[in-house]
Amino acid sequence: MATTERVGGPSGPLQTGDPADGRMWTNRLRNRFFGTFPPEKLLPDRQPAYVASWIYVFGVATIAALIVIVASGLVLSLEGPAWYHTSSAGHFVNSVHFWSVQLFMLSMVVHLWGKFWMAAWRGHRGLTWVTGALAFFVSIGTAFTGYLVQSNFESQWISFEAKDGLNAVGVGAWFNVANVGQMLLLHVCLLPLVVGVIVVWHVLLVRKHGVVPPLPVRADAPSEPPRDGAVPDRPVEPVRTEGTTP
Amino acid sequence: MPFVIVSGSLNHPATYLSWGWLGISVSNLVVMLLTIAVFVLAVLLPFPHDDQDE
Repeated sequence: MATTERVGGPSGPLQTGDPADGRMWTNRLRNRFFGTFPPEKLLPDRQPAYVASWIYVFGVATIAALIVIVASGLVLSLEGPAWYHTSSAGHFVNSVHFWSVQLFMLSMVVHLWGKFWMAAWRGHRGLTWVTGALAFFVSIGTAFTGYLVQSNFESQWISFEAKDGLNAVGVGAWFNVANVGQMLLLHVCLLPLVVGVIVVWHVLLVRKHGVVPPLPVRADAPSEPPRDGAVPDRPVEPVRTEGTTP
Repeated sequence: MPFVIVSGSLNHPATYLSWGWLGISVSNLVVMLLTIAVFVLAVLLPFPHDDQDE
């Protein structure tokens, strides 16, 4: 019977007792994942002191809003428009869904501005920045299709204004905003899945490279921070991570 | 240049501000100003922390 042990210490990758197992794709995939994302890196207890700032809160605020969006959206999809347009409980859940989207977009924009002004792509974090930008653009499309499937006068107005613009750029045949079925399926199925995958990818990259440190304040300080660990360019004491963001 | 207020004709008319070629609804303007205010406050306000983290 094969046994398992950790290579290189208690946090090292798992290795089965049989050397032949090391060539199996499950073994290589597991070792690659846990080598890149050891548990203490996926869910750290402490962060550098510079993370104790309100500007670092808006990433996790965006994720919190996304969780509320998905949860309220699931309720709306289960009950349907005849419920959320006519009952008090339906109006409430519909409003929760709408306002959590407002909080989601506001938090994401503040997060985007904060990361832009601290040049958060430094230290080999370019892909983290790109996945964040992708999440932003796909979220705009998801919110737009949400406005289109409200099944009220506003959605009718938005769709018949938008169709002209989309036809003008030549995509109206594939993205028909007057096709409620297409917009509904995009909004409740495909686009939330894409947003979710990109957000998970984004957070994993933040966990891999660490939270970007602020820009150096000294003229002689190095401009490029080190990668994989987010060690700042000046000594700081770590603090707890409660209430902070990746 | 004076702002000219125009109204939409939906079931819940929105108030729009027009300034030359630029037109924006009051609700959108409020959201944009709120976002800027939240950003400025997030940069300026001190973050609460325990004394043991000093």
